[in-house]
Amino acid sequence: MEDWEPRIVGFLCNWCTYGAADLAGVSRMQYPPNVRLIRIPCAGRMSPKFILAAFMKGADGVWVSGCHPGDCHYLEGNYYARRKFALFKNLIEYMGIEPGRLHFSWISSAESTKFASVVNKVTSAVKALGPRKHGIKAFTVND
Amino acid sequence: MSDYTAKIKEISARLLKEEKVEMVIGFRKGTVPMMNEPCFVKTPEDIKKLVWDSNCGINLANYLTGRKEKIGIIAKGCDSRNIVTHIIENKIKREQLLIIGVPCKGMIDKNKIISMFENEINEVSENEENIIVKGEGFEKTLNKNDVLQENCKICIHRNPAIYDELAADLLDEQKDIDRYEDVRKIEAMAPEDKWKYFEDLLSPCIRCYACRNACPLCYCPTCFVDESKPQWVGKSIDPTDTRTFHFLRAYHCAGRCTDCGACERACPMGIKVRIFTKKLEKDCLELYGWEAGLSLDERPPLDTYRPDDPEDFIK
Ligand code: SF4
Ligand code: SF4
Ligand code: SF4
Repeated sequence: MEDWEPRIVGFLCNWCTYGAADLAGVSRMQYPPNVRLIRIPCAGRMSPKFILAAFMKGADGVWVSGCHPGDCHYLEGNYYARRKFALFKNLIEYMGIEPGRLHFSWISSAESTKFASVVNKVTSAVKALGPRKHGIKAFTVND
Repeated sequence: MSDYTAKIKEISARLLKEEKVEMVIGFRKGTVPMMNEPCFVKTPEDIKKLVWDSNCGINLANYLTGRKEKIGIIAKGCDSRNIVTHIIENKIKREQLLIIGVPCKGMIDKNKIISMFENEINEVSENEENIIVKGEGFEKTLNKNDVLQENCKICIHRNPAIYDELAADLLDEQKDIDRYEDVRKIEAMAPEDKWKYFEDLLSPCIRCYACRNACPLCYCPTCFVDESKPQWVGKSIDPTDTRTFHFLRAYHCAGRCTDCGACERACPMGIKVRIFTKKLEKDCLELYGWEAGLSLDERPPLDTYRPDDPEDFIK
């Protein structure tokens, strides 16, 4: 377990957190390499299916990050998303996914320090839980 | 219940005769006991088929989706709330409907009753308080309250939320009901036990989708279970696929489900699928103060937001 490294899928809004990731990179900040980043156009684009698919294909953790309330590039995408996320997180944990596996954050494009610190927090929370035991489906020919 | 039936017939006959509607959607006796069927009444001769008793658990709002004609529809509390939801979601227009509201005394749980007897049940009748069950060599009287559907036991909206006509006087609603005891029990479990709980719950599921088909909320032209590129959920009864199906079915009903119980009633394997939708119902109430289908003027919770919505789960 000591050298086990989690694989985490991060879905980042193009207009904020993705920019923060860029800024963290050009600022040469250090953060764990466990998160595979996927760019989405808005937190509001985040489909619950993306999270389920990531978990089903074996992700140890999932992290979704968008713009702070009031800062959405499309004005209110993150407000709608916030309600979807709340219900989603509650339901998936109700069904037995550990609370430390699914994370959400608001990170603006200027907050590279917050970006690095959230990556740290998410990674250590997932690492503490260890590999997933259930709910991973073998890949099929369609994949 | 015969007075309910008489009144329903009288109203339906009048609406058809005055050409206020082109058809009335109600119930007729089924071919097996405790299974009344939906019935589309278009002519005066067909009026006599209409019945009302404790076997009308199917949600008739399911038959309204996308219809164009003027319709009279029999609606118990939960059906009326799904009709409201249908109107809000533009699946039918309020002006197309004449809603014959039925203050509802609850539906009986056929699975429970069947499981109480070893032999086949041939006939089930009822009076105000009792259900009389008959079969080869036996006859038994059950107290109706003991055999109500689980959702009806905890129902707090028995009166229709909207109606144009009423088939009986409005009832007193049940008070001081704890709707979420079962949900709280699961919430209190450790993750591992929750996982196991749902694994056991879903292990008999044969993925027949009867629960989906019975639900008025499930009207998507292509359901996510039929999508193939990408295929979000496999078609097998692999436990992960089955769990994903149930997760998404419930999630798609978030803020819309009225706990009518039609899904659970339709399940041939007796799986208590309401335990998923009830969690979402509880959360919608606790987080957003929302109960589905009570008003035509409020947007459903996932179609709106407040700037100060709870977000303590967000970093
Ligand atoms: S849920 Fe309420 S309104 Fe619906 S059938 Fe049961 S008692 Fe009647
Ligand atoms: S999910 Fe079940 S209880 Fe909810 S509205 Fe649909 S059929 Fe009724
Ligand atoms: S009706 Fe029952 S068996 Fe069929 S898919 Fe739904 S839960 Fe599974």
